Amino acid sequence: MNPSIVKPAPVRTSVYALVGNPNCGKSTLFNALTGLKQKVGNYPGVTVERKVGTAYTQHGHPLTLIDLPGTYSLAARSPDEAVTRDVLLGRRVDTAMPDRIVCVVDATNLERNLYLVHQILDLGRPVILVLNMMDVAEQAGLTIRTARLEHELGIPVIACAASSGRGLIDLKLALSRNDLPLPRHAWDIPVAIAPAVSELQASLQDNDKKPPLIARAEALLLLTDQDSVRVAGSTPLSDRTREILVSWEKRWAADGTDWAAALVNARYDSIGRLTADIVSTASTAPVGPSRSDRIDAWVTHPVWGWCIFGVLMAVMFLSIFTLAGIPMGWIESLVAVASEWVSGLIPPGDLHDLIIDGAIAGVEGVIIFLPQILILFLFIGLLESTGYMARAAFIMDRLMSKVGLNGRSFIPLLGSYACAIPGIMAARTIEQPKDRLVTILVAPFMSCSARLPVYLLLIAALVPDEQVPVGLKIGIMLLMYALGTFGAFGFAWLFKKTLLRGAPPLMIMELPPYRLPRMRDVLQQMTERAGLFVKRAGTIILGLSIVLWFLANYPKVPENQPDTDPLAYSMAGRAGHALEPVIAPLGFDWRIGIGLIQSFAAREVFNSSMGVIFAVEETDDEEETRGHLRDALRAAERPDGTKLFTPLICLNLMVFYVFAMQCISTIAVVKRETNSWRWPLFQLGYMTGFAWFICLVIYQVGRALGY
Amino acid sequence: MAELITLSSLAVGASAVLRDFPKQGVAFLRLREMGLLPGTSVTLVRTAPLGDPIEIKVRGYNLTLRKSEADHVMVEPAAGPAMK
Repeated sequence: MNPSIVKPAPVRTSVYALVGNPNCGKSTLFNALTGLKQKVGNYPGVTVERKVGTAYTQHGHPLTLIDLPGTYSLAARSPDEAVTRDVLLGRRVDTAMPDRIVCVVDATNLERNLYLVHQILDLGRPVILVLNMMDVAEQAGLTIRTARLEHELGIPVIACAASSGRGLIDLKLALSRNDLPLPRHAWDIPVAIAPAVSELQASLQDNDKKPPLIARAEALLLLTDQDSVRVAGSTPLSDRTREILVSWEKRWAADGTDWAAALVNARYDSIGRLTADIVSTASTAPVGPSRSDRIDAWVTHPVWGWCIFGVLMAVMFLSIFTLAGIPMGWIESLVAVASEWVSGLIPPGDLHDLIIDGAIAGVEGVIIFLPQILILFLFIGLLESTGYMARAAFIMDRLMSKVGLNGRSFIPLLGSYACAIPGIMAARTIEQPKDRLVTILVAPFMSCSARLPVYLLLIAALVPDEQVPVGLKIGIMLLMYALGTFGAFGFAWLFKKTLLRGAPPLMIMELPPYRLPRMRDVLQQMTERAGLFVKRAGTIILGLSIVLWFLANYPKVPENQPDTDPLAYSMAGRAGHALEPVIAPLGFDWRIGIGLIQSFAAREVFNSSMGVIFAVEETDDEEETRGHLRDALRAAERPDGTKLFTPLICLNLMVFYVFAMQCISTIAVVKRETNSWRWPLFQLGYMTGFAWFICLVIYQVGRALGY
Repeated sequence: MAELITLSSLAVGASAVLRDFPKQGVAFLRLREMGLLPGTSVTLVRTAPLGDPIEIKVRGYNLTLRKSEADHVMVEPAAGPAMK
């Protein structure tokens, strides 16, 4: 080989992991260090967000920064925390063990924050300790002797306030150091436990092939958590290591050693000695309730707390429900303009229809959700970064616990009244995977805004305007919303009792101090969500929309049968016919069947579908079109001359729309959020099955009663 | 030594020292790792509007936990009216 054309070997950039407790300002620091150079994705196999960015040292050298999920301990409880543990222990094949670790701690709350640092120092990797929120700590009258802490731990300690940028240069200087010292981390493992640590470490090295320091850290974790299977995670223990662990547990049980608490106690003892030495509180420190305590006196007040909660939720809900309508209108007009423009370019024919009614309509079907997603995540971002989200969970927990969920499920379910798509995406804020899944599974029962036009049409067909008071119409509408809500809570309760039974959800949650929201972080998270939706769910929605368009347009009616209705002749029409035996016991005929099938594109398509079937002329005025459609439905007859849309059928059809899963976009989002087709298909099956069963009962009982 | 009561029966605003703490269970391991150890002092800040969960102050931060957990944590009340 000619050495002159050999490319220089690519210099591997160093990988830094960013770790810390929840609420320590880690994300703000990550954003400040990486700017917009971030990539958001998923860790393969789990629904945990993977955030990686490029940061630059003070000398301009690029480095890779991984923002690991926040955790209080390496003894992981949730999939998010398990990712942090596994990356730090070098267990994940997809993410190499970081070269260096940046530990972020909240300076106002050193003791608890240092617990995680204490565990991480055991790993023997180069560590930089960032004392974040130093400004708040100083205001609270705390003095932290960072030089002393640096000396004690033997690692760089940087005082920082990520929100104002203070200390960032010092941090970047530390990042560029080639000679990061290894921590001096000596602490006394309790005498009763120490021999077990050595023996487990030796076995983990020999039998599980772990490097020495990792083996020691894993041994300590095994002796902190009582569940060795949970600690081992995806890397099961060798038989020999497990035997050693079991024999020690037996020995301790026999002589009464309290091993489970011993290590945690020892760590806190060591931290206590450290902080006693470096933290002092000024005598001028403000006394009495803090600002957060004073706000909380209102926010969690038995009367005012509910008022504040109610107002905030109403503003959020109305914003999604109505405010989003404005940009959604723009999107619709924009799509109309685009279609017209394309129309002029392509001669009428199959390609013309495919592009306009298939592809462009499919793209519209994706971006039409963006306003609602952006608004909901703007609110969620604001609620989280101010600290109100934890309070909302605090006051709602009792109600949600009645069906086995915790307070965090409330906002995803509320958001689902506007649209299940952002609602399901919001379920990410729920930590426990089973609670998250149950929330996702029941969220589409909430009557979303796409059902509203269907309800309006059917209520109009059901009750003639002239005779009945408006109250009856409103009453029927509220009944539908109530049915969906009961359905959601009923099934949540059922799933928690049966399918997804597990430990009762924990509600151990920090109530962080109130802070002013960081708009940059909020907006960044909001656009990230929207981007992920378009990338992942968008492609599925687009594909399925084109398939649905194809089904509704092919095969074409042969030219020698000009009287045949094209929709009835298409595959969707035939499927409607084929479906008739299944839906006839509910009182629905094949024409309604076509509407049900087309509703998978979006539930409100039922209306236009009926418009096509009953040849109703569309006008520019929505109200007027609905009026014509209502008259057409009232006039529609079965082959035997009886009315098709009797009051019972209208009501039954509405109930079907309440319960059935008829939305490919929701299916696509559930697929993305659960990382498998299993759950969306299960959801499709159980919701639609339940809708069918309920409607069967209603129709058969209704008929027996003579309606 | 004063009589021990459960953390959930502490009066709002009262302080106490943690004495006896369950050894088993995910919830208690997590509470311990968050700094609730025998000898730690805690203050009951408030209960949620519907009576559950409760909010405590421990090691300078505010933490919420359900009564179902707090029922198992035994504390020694500081001087003064501590029981509800």
